[in-house]
Amino acid sequence: MVDVALEDVPSAKAQDKLRVLNWLRLQDKSFHFITMGAALTVLLILGGVIASLVIGSIPALSTFGFAFFTTEKWNPVTEQFGALAPIYGTLVTAAIAMLIAAPIGIGVAIFLTELCPVPLRRPVGIAIELLAGIPSIIYGIWGLFVLAPFLQKYVQPALIDASANIPVLSSLFAGPPYGIGILTAGFILAIMVLPFVASISRDVFETVPAVLKEAAYGCGCTTWEVIHAIVIPYTRVGVIGGVMLGLGRALGETMAVTFVIGNAHRISESLLAPGTTISASIANEFTEAVGDLYTSSLIALGLILFLITFIILAIARYLLMRLERQAGS
Amino acid sequence: MNFPFLRSAIVAAVVGLAAAPVAAADITGAGATFPYPIYAKWAAAYKTETGNGLNYQSIGSGGGVKQIKANTVTFGATDAPLKADELATAGLAQWPMVIGGIVPVVNLEGISDGQLTLDGPTLANIFLGSVKTWDDPAIQKLNPGLKLPATAIAIVHRSDGSGTTFNFTNYLSKISPDWKAKVGEATAVEWPAGIGAKGNEGVANNVIQTKGAIGYVEYAYAKQNKMTTTKLVNHAGTAVTPTVPSFQAAAANADWAHAPGYYQILTDQPGAQSWPITAATFILMQKQPTDAAAAGEALKFFSWAFNKGAKAAEDLDYIPLPEPLIKLVRATWAADIKGPDGKALIN
Repeated sequence: MVDVALEDVPSAKAQDKLRVLNWLRLQDKSFHFITMGAALTVLLILGGVIASLVIGSIPALSTFGFAFFTTEKWNPVTEQFGALAPIYGTLVTAAIAMLIAAPIGIGVAIFLTELCPVPLRRPVGIAIELLAGIPSIIYGIWGLFVLAPFLQKYVQPALIDASANIPVLSSLFAGPPYGIGILTAGFILAIMVLPFVASISRDVFETVPAVLKEAAYGCGCTTWEVIHAIVIPYTRVGVIGGVMLGLGRALGETMAVTFVIGNAHRISESLLAPGTTISASIANEFTEAVGDLYTSSLIALGLILFLITFIILAIARYLLMRLERQAGS
Repeated sequence: MNFPFLRSAIVAAVVGLAAAPVAAADITGAGATFPYPIYAKWAAAYKTETGNGLNYQSIGSGGGVKQIKANTVTFGATDAPLKADELATAGLAQWPMVIGGIVPVVNLEGISDGQLTLDGPTLANIFLGSVKTWDDPAIQKLNPGLKLPATAIAIVHRSDGSGTTFNFTNYLSKISPDWKAKVGEATAVEWPAGIGAKGNEGVANNVIQTKGAIGYVEYAYAKQNKMTTTKLVNHAGTAVTPTVPSFQAAAANADWAHAPGYYQILTDQPGAQSWPITAATFILMQKQPTDAAAAGEALKFFSWAFNKGAKAAEDLDYIPLPEPLIKLVRATWAADIKGPDGKALIN
């Protein structure tokens, strides 16, 4: 009896251990599967969105073919739809926004990281982040009631007069000053993406090793020279990534743009003329879109926007990834 | 820790939540945005009177039609009526519920409310972009005594699909062959000129802000924003001012009895007093509703609105249906909307 007992005890212990280990392994495995499931959900949603966009846009794309991307006509009565005007509006307003927001945003970031007195840094930084948190509908209302009348009264007449005799500019700034239009939409977007560009640029500027900057100052460089020759080259890729993320937001912004762009399915030479963007068209027309072709054309617009944004964000990610690798090495 | 007050409050809230659906058989409806304010007001008054609530989602006419066809709501509401054959295929009944007027609004220095007169063809040419300034001979001819500025005309139209646009473009199509050929009628059209603004309030706001602007809004928006409206020359050739009696005249002069499914668009109606761009907004219901109890409740609500809702409608600048038309609608309910037992849901 004693022998048996002596033999049994260690094996029972081993079995106990084995059970615990198995339990732990099971726990780990199920944890692994649960988190993997969570990750897969994201992929599933993304795939579902792409699939439904593609399926939804098939009627429009098969009816109009490639001409859908190259025609300006958008006529719900005769059911002739072309996406060129919204694509043009989306790209132009985003470009105007980035032309304004990128230099200002980078300027803000340089000031905050290199020049700003320390007690001011936090308040200014927080103010920028608050600007990013304002809902877009508020920008829209502000744009329609405050910015548009201001532009209409002061800025646009001045632009029209000043560029009247300059060949290219005179057609860019032509026509009656409506107050709302492509340019106004670009302004609103610039204000909206500014905080993104500024805060991301600030973060990447902070990755510049102090040693480098101190060495440059030690050689007798001025602040301008340090920023120009050390900070910007070191962080170029990251800044571009930040600008691209801002661009992604500018491309997809809906409500604020809808309020101030004038919503006309036309491509005009003048930036003061009304236009439309992809997201503004969808927001405006989806509720009352009657007929399958109309609805499908709007979904196809959504697919185009998805692709544009996807490409822009992929480029941004790629650039940021390169920066990380560079910082790691 | 003990929070007796908090606990009793939570208990009361939970009990309240549980009790609410039992007390009120809620009617659900979805559709046009234009009649939303009056449906909401009627619903509130009806609830205090009977305890029955109405949940109306103003998702747009197109959405309302889709939802009632899919049978996910008790009733749908649309500004653009469905044609008789579409009603028959979907098994729907349709009738007008309340009337509104669509008025041109302008922003012209020195011109006050009701001074300017326009007619259909001129209005069409303005929105086509072929009449470009306010001192154009076509406008001057209609307003011999008025000194018109040489300001460029800035056109403001709706950017979102809307029943207002449907009725406005329907009028222009009836009156101008040119408009019919180039643009046509729909809840959204390809506008030859001008800027688009979202909603009645967007159009109103843009017209108020832009010198030389012309737009079209629901009468209520023009009145509440104290905008400059124009007179219009109607089918009979008289220049009429947009007022409640002129909208009502258009509705009364329309031939409802011979319009299957009440498919009647109230633009360009005969009669010396008729405002030419009057619009009815419509209700859609399944002829054989799956939830007969809810459908019966909805009909009771509409009946109540016809009986007691006229005052509320007028307060919000809507126009109640003329009495003979209400009689016709009631007859339609009795004849067309039936429960599973084949009996009418309301008498």
